[in-house]
Amino acid sequence: MCDTCGCNLTPGNKHLAFKPVPKGATAVSVLKGLLAKNDDQAAHNREHFDKRGILAINLMSSPGSGKTALLEATLVALKNEFTCAVIEGDLETENDAERIRAKGVQAHQIVTGTACHLDAHLVHDALHHMTLDGVDILFIENVGNLVCPASFDLGQHFNVTLLSVTEGDDKPAKYPVMFRAADAMLLTKTDLLAVLDDFDPDKAEAHLRNLANPAPVMRLSARKNLGMDAWLTWLREQLAAQRARVAIGQSRRPAIQGDGMKYHSVTA
Amino acid sequence: MHELAVAQALVEQVDAVIDQHHASGATSIRVRIGPLAGVVPELLATAFPLAAAGSRMGHAVLEFSHAPIQVHCQTCGVETEAAMNRLICGACGDWHTQILSGDELLLESVELETTPSLTPES
Repeated sequence: MCDTCGCNLTPGNKHLAFKPVPKGATAVSVLKGLLAKNDDQAAHNREHFDKRGILAINLMSSPGSGKTALLEATLVALKNEFTCAVIEGDLETENDAERIRAKGVQAHQIVTGTACHLDAHLVHDALHHMTLDGVDILFIENVGNLVCPASFDLGQHFNVTLLSVTEGDDKPAKYPVMFRAADAMLLTKTDLLAVLDDFDPDKAEAHLRNLANPAPVMRLSARKNLGMDAWLTWLREQLAAQRARVAIGQSRRPAIQGDGMKYHSVTA
Repeated sequence: MHELAVAQALVEQVDAVIDQHHASGATSIRVRIGPLAGVVPELLATAFPLAAAGSRMGHAVLEFSHAPIQVHCQTCGVETEAAMNRLICGACGDWHTQILSGDELLLESVELETTPSLTPES
């Protein structure tokens, strides 16, 4: 504290410090995305991926809808075709990373503590613990949560949102921010449809369309190996498309951010 | 409750604005949040004082501009308002629409306090 620089002034005593002082207030217009720092980091992550020709996929869903089971089945099916790597996000435990490693695939676990989502900085730190050379597809399994992860760009090329049939076919209507962000929606655990009378896959798809989302909807059961071919084909197509983009120096953001960025950057 | 993370990002950005303008602090901060941004203004308002404590905007007022959801129909070309989970065209009902507003998460403007001078007369 001193009497020269003004550091002893508090809002409580400021009015006593000066006689009439012209209020030095100026308003500045900013118009910058609130998450600009995260978005900058995400763009940097995306450059990492593009430089190596990696396809990065962000998997989002409720807890327990089968993200890790889907990954296990996918990694086994693609084992002889591509080199995959996985970043796991959970509040606690290494369990999911261990499940992935048991399939002979490189996995890094991000333990978020109490954070309800992954952000671009957490993913960037994880990338530095991984060997990315030679990797074709990087899966990022976000924290199980249908709310927060949708708001944070990680640098991925695609958002894949899972909806298990034990949840409810109106989930896209209840969590519109999350499902609007989906580049593909996977209806999982479809083998259970036979014993469930309250989940209509067509209704789930209709709710997704009501969000103006044209994303493909794939119905599958990773455990029973049902409908996996469409998903694997989609992955192969996206990897080929990613390589074609990289070859001409282009990249891709999840569709929802493409629109948003276009609109927001007009004034930014 | 990712609003605290958003509040921290907001504090960092306002801090940068204060630096850029060689100001001493911020007195008022206006953000624009659309319903589709996935951030609840009320929760952000609760989280902001925690993130701003001890900073140069510790006493700033946080204000919100609301951004109604507007969609442009790619089929019939009409612009209409829409509900958060029914982003379909209000005129023809088609779902092939584009969001015009409602997903913003923007720092709109900041009111700055210039460095207090102890010799205001000079």
